[in-house]
Amino acid sequence: MTGEEREAVLSWPDRRGYFGPYGGQFVPETLVPALRELESLYESLRNDASFQGEYHRLLTDYAGRPTPLTFAARLTAHFGKGRVYLKREDLCHTGAHKINNTVGQILLAMRSGKTRIIAETGAGQHGVATATVAAKMGLDCCVYMGEEDVARQRLNVRRMEMLGATVVTVRTGSRTLKDATSEAIRDWVSNVKDTFYIIGSVVGPHPYPLMVRDFQSVIGRETSAQVLEAEGKAPEYLLACVGGGSNAIGLFHPFLGSSAIMTGVEAAGEGLDTGRHAATLTRGRPGVLHGSLSYLLQDANGQVQLAHSISAGLDYPGVGPEHSALKDSGRVRYVSVTDSEALEAARLLSRLEGIIPALETAHALAYLKTMMMETRDDDVVVVSLSGRGDKDMETYSTHSE
Amino acid sequence: MNRLTTVLSTLRERRKKALALFLTAGYPAADSTPGLVLSLAAAGADIIEIGMPFSDPLADGPVIQQSSATAIGNGVTITGILDGIRKIRESSTVPLVLMGYINPILSYGSDRFFRDAASSGADGVILPELTLEESVRFKTEIDRNGLSQILLVAPTTPSERITAIDAASGGFLYCVSTTGVTGSAGKGTPEDFLFRVKACAKKNPALVGFGISTAAEARHAALLSDGVIIGSALIRRLSEGEPVASISGWVRSIREALPAT
Ligand SMILES: Cc1ncc(COP(=O)(O)O)c(C=O)c1O
Repeated sequence: MTGEEREAVLSWPDRRGYFGPYGGQFVPETLVPALRELESLYESLRNDASFQGEYHRLLTDYAGRPTPLTFAARLTAHFGKGRVYLKREDLCHTGAHKINNTVGQILLAMRSGKTRIIAETGAGQHGVATATVAAKMGLDCCVYMGEEDVARQRLNVRRMEMLGATVVTVRTGSRTLKDATSEAIRDWVSNVKDTFYIIGSVVGPHPYPLMVRDFQSVIGRETSAQVLEAEGKAPEYLLACVGGGSNAIGLFHPFLGSSAIMTGVEAAGEGLDTGRHAATLTRGRPGVLHGSLSYLLQDANGQVQLAHSISAGLDYPGVGPEHSALKDSGRVRYVSVTDSEALEAARLLSRLEGIIPALETAHALAYLKTMMMETRDDDVVVVSLSGRGDKDMETYSTHSE
Repeated sequence: MNRLTTVLSTLRERRKKALALFLTAGYPAADSTPGLVLSLAAAGADIIEIGMPFSDPLADGPVIQQSSATAIGNGVTITGILDGIRKIRESSTVPLVLMGYINPILSYGSDRFFRDAASSGADGVILPELTLEESVRFKTEIDRNGLSQILLVAPTTPSERITAIDAASGGFLYCVSTTGVTGSAGKGTPEDFLFRVKACAKKNPALVGFGISTAAEARHAALLSDGVIIGSALIRRLSEGEPVASISGWVRSIREALPAT
């Protein structure tokens, strides 16, 4: 990339919410005034010291930040080179990075005066993180979740219910994250006057991809300071899984201007050529779904294709617009790993490091075996350990050999 | 002037309210649409909106979600829909407006879509995901092909924005009568919203849609506007297998319930 291209990447999004050609606001008119309000609310708070102070206090006192950066000694020995670190988002309150974002958005919701919170969820981690902050702030919460995900992430459904949220099972279409998101948007269109929609990833109409990125960037900022402390330098490699792309952009964004090599890992499901996968950036083409223009898995007629992944949090045919732009610019490379590679990586991390990762996270870990072939002996590799695997124990045990 | 703007100005001269009906293309069967359009026009519909089905219709309620899924299952594509329009044009000049989500159009190629839509005999487009700001990107192509780009306003739209949307809209102004998805039942059309539209939108006729299902509701909405759009209520009748003759009777009853201007 030229210096100019790098500058462009760092300036995204523009005022209309575009990351290069991607992003924007493709929503029914009913929602436009609410988005305008949200844009100006966020604009006024983005650099507001008291808002940022409150946000960071909650991250520290409530969510458990900063999260540790763990040197993975036995994993490093397993590969025989490089130095592998794990950024421990699994140690956040509720067990994944999702809380970084919901803490920020609930503070916006409080300031907007709305009294009812809605969210979509796939793996249930965003649903739990939303139900958690809604409980803490005393707001009503309704979470949309596909029927297939309700079955495969049952633990998180119980958690949301215990936290006082209503979980609505979505039985339309794919019965996964895509249709849960569509239902949440329909709820929002119908109840926009009193309802705040907390989106769980860097997707949706502007300003969501920007807000969620900002709230997740704490991951990368902490990582930068922690690697400097531990190694006296910046990391050479960053690795994260990509569903909508929030944990990945959170880790990557503070490093976009550096020379770190960044890799986003999508779900190849049963294999890219089986048609049963969720590798949006690898196999999709640009299109509009859920309010923004981005890469999309779609058929020849522009109908959205069903995604497939063993991981509910990656089982989505879309992806955040900033990732689409980062792919086209070449600044970040996007790869994919299959269901079985992810399962194998989850077992490996559990045995070598004593950490059971979420299935989503396991996709990032699974790419290490390929990526470590290109690293030099002293290269520092940071993996976003986006979440813990408690919710996936049923899937892990059914697939244990 | 295209067929749509001609019909709307004739209605105005004759002091009549407009009745627009929405059909999902390819529903209930792949080849149903041309015949249905001709019957509905004969029963008194002034304008027909042809919905191009999309897999993820996020502004639609269950009725149109279901008809869209069935139509996609029936193998409906944009090419097939435009063929159907050509067939309608062999015997009818009823104004036809294509309504749809943006992704299938982007996939078809937007320039090619507007050209082919116009040449097959369509008169306008309604693309509800295109906000006033996003609609600018297609304006040149839509105008060049003589199509009307119909924009939407909602009860949540501030007054100055209603004026701006009206100014950018062509054919008519689509007033979304309820804060909700299509087919939202029984909330009634908020009168204050239509009063605001009347005060702010001077360029286009204002037609009211979303959630109108009975002759009484249609009459009420038409008293405060230039006409009504009925979608889900028609699709529901089709889904229940109601014979076309009976549906035509229902359309006539709505036509008769509409007041004069
Ligand atoms: C632990 C974990 N990691 C990653 C993801 C994927 O989301 P994103 O790509 O937005 O980080 C999820 C989503 O549910 C998750 O629960």
